Amino acid sequence: MSAIVVWAELKEDRFKKPTLEALTAAHRWADSLGLPVWAVVIAHEPPKDALSILGEYGADKVIKVVAPEFANFSPNAYARALAVLMREKNASYAVLPQSYDGRAIAPMLSIWADAALISGATTVPEKTEEGFMARRIAYSNKGIEWVRSAHLPLIITVKASAFVPEKKPKTATEEEFSFKPKPEDLRLKVIGIEKIATDKIPLTEAEVVVSAGRGLKGPENWGIIEELAQVLGAATACSKPVADVGWRPHHEHVGQTGIQISPNLYVAIGISGAIQHLAGVASSKNIVVINNDPEAPFFKVADYGIVGDAFEVVPRLTEAIRRYKEQHAH
Amino acid sequence: MEASLSLAEGYSIWVDGSLLGPRSTEEPRARRFLFFCTEMKILCCISHVPDTTTRIQFTSDGRALDRTGVTFVINPYDDFVLARAAELKEKDPSNTHVTVLCVGKNGASSTDNVDANLRKALALGLDEAVRIDAEPVDAFFAANQIAAFARDKGFDLLFFGKESIDYNGSQVAGMVAALLDLPFVSFATSIELMNGTAKLTREITGGKELIESPLPLVLSAQKGLAEWRIPNVRGIMQAKSKPLHVLAPVSVSPRVFTVRHEPPPPRGSFKKIDPDRVEDLVKELANKGLI
Ligand SMILES: Cc1cc2nc3c(=O)[nH]c(=O)nc-3n(C[C@H](O)[C@H](O)[C@H](O)COP(=O)(O)OP(=O)(O)OC[C@H]3O[C@@H](n4cnc5c(N)ncnc54)[C@H](O)[C@@H]3O)c2cc1C
Repeated sequence: MSAIVVWAELKEDRFKKPTLEALTAAHRWADSLGLPVWAVVIAHEPPKDALSILGEYGADKVIKVVAPEFANFSPNAYARALAVLMREKNASYAVLPQSYDGRAIAPMLSIWADAALISGATTVPEKTEEGFMARRIAYSNKGIEWVRSAHLPLIITVKASAFVPEKKPKTATEEEFSFKPKPEDLRLKVIGIEKIATDKIPLTEAEVVVSAGRGLKGPENWGIIEELAQVLGAATACSKPVADVGWRPHHEHVGQTGIQISPNLYVAIGISGAIQHLAGVASSKNIVVINNDPEAPFFKVADYGIVGDAFEVVPRLTEAIRRYKEQHAH
Repeated sequence: MEASLSLAEGYSIWVDGSLLGPRSTEEPRARRFLFFCTEMKILCCISHVPDTTTRIQFTSDGRALDRTGVTFVINPYDDFVLARAAELKEKDPSNTHVTVLCVGKNGASSTDNVDANLRKALALGLDEAVRIDAEPVDAFFAANQIAAFARDKGFDLLFFGKESIDYNGSQVAGMVAALLDLPFVSFATSIELMNGTAKLTREITGGKELIESPLPLVLSAQKGLAEWRIPNVRGIMQAKSKPLHVLAPVSVSPRVFTVRHEPPPPRGSFKKIDPDRVEDLVKELANKGLI
């Protein structure tokens, strides 16, 4: 029997947004094909109570692949487990989140499962006479590409934020799949993890992002950015030159050579909107631009624009949001 | 580098020549010493992409990019691996051999020439270039070309960019790793070599992983792996006479095909907010549930 396999990425005992997005794409795709969705959880010890969320988002079955060797992330071992599972269970379709680890596993899995791979899909593959067709973003948001594959198995990764997580409650059954990673898939060893010390939301997971550029003139002026981010519950980001000169840490750099994000709201302050910057942020759902130059290219992709001095506008905006929140607190 | 042979038990030498103390390693000694006597072979795979600043237009049937007037450059992420390979080459020129490879056909114009981009890469001080003369229809096709070329050549490091900026697929490196059954480190932000082992860092959400892997390995680069380099005049002159092999592709059937392209949906003109009435923006955002 065939099914759509979803790799459900367990991070700190939780399934985060990328997994819920993948499940959402999978249950829509499964509906169009009349197939069940199987969420596959790979872990070093049996996961705790986190599993119920998988059923909530449309998994008919949760398959647990547990082995102590999975404590460290070796994409080789994870991809091999999924490939063996797909083959043994005769699953012709798979959906993976386009997270860091999802993007590492998907291409390896596609080879070992002898599958075609469409990465960064923004639509559910649609069945046509000549195979499945899906849409993806091309040329740094300057184009859209429709691709087709007639090859099975077919694997897709879903672009971050392309699917809004959508519940589809099922009473998922649980099952174990026994698999032991081979030494050759464990050659790569994770010997440590360094967390960036921050109590803030990671950029890639943030729904709201406040970002600033060279227009801020110097690192000492970031207080107004932090304050706005705080009232909005936002993560902070910056343009490349700002990170390059060390005004802000590198992990805040967004754009073509930095992190690519598509939050619900992106507030760009004192950023000109160079094409390389836009490549990383232009697919944000709502964009607010604050810039004192009415000709700044960023306004071309803005939903809301304020032509004005950031040093005056930003504190005013922060204050207005704070007031609004106070009034609507109850 | 022969010096390492007379070092005390457990001591070893970094590629930069500094002495390191004893450390436990599961690796057989033979392999460790062999490493110092043999050449480090690096393969850098680069892609040929439109410069981000160029205007993107598609052919009238939407099938392909309209290449007229488009300047093609080395994919920016591949520039990171070229720079890192150049650094490794500089540290030990006589024992390091770097090959640059691109799967692609030369275009009609001088700004769409794979060979020219390969020579630019060679100008960073790398040794030889290979062009596999075929249109890379999909990642599966390209990865199979690269794997077929690399399979019996004994490369220690296979370097890729984390993705190419045309379709951002992040596919080729991982596929090559699977085809050759090698450890795969994606989004690598650093790599140091020691005793035939590599120490790497890899970007993950909210931090980084520290990784150890034996060679050979496949790496895909994230920003941070090295600083971009610009070739100097001497490098450019020398690159002209370096070997550039053009090879016929092996036969592989692609699995994913482009049906058509479209321009992105236009964003309507933006709503202008008076800087003295930021409350209007707050209202708009609140109506959309963003506050
Ligand atoms: C290959 C390549 C890759 C690149 N990758 C990236 C990338 O990933 N991310 C990235 O960001 N860039 C990237 N760049 C750089 C990019 O081209 C731009 O140089 C950069 O984005 C500009 O940063 P900025 O907008 O902060 O600075 P500027 O271009 O200097 O813009 C500053 C803006 O602030 C405004 N301003 C000034 N004072 C005020 C004020 N008081 N109030 C309000 N506004 C004010 C100005 O009008 C201006 O629009 C890349 C470049 C190349 C060549």
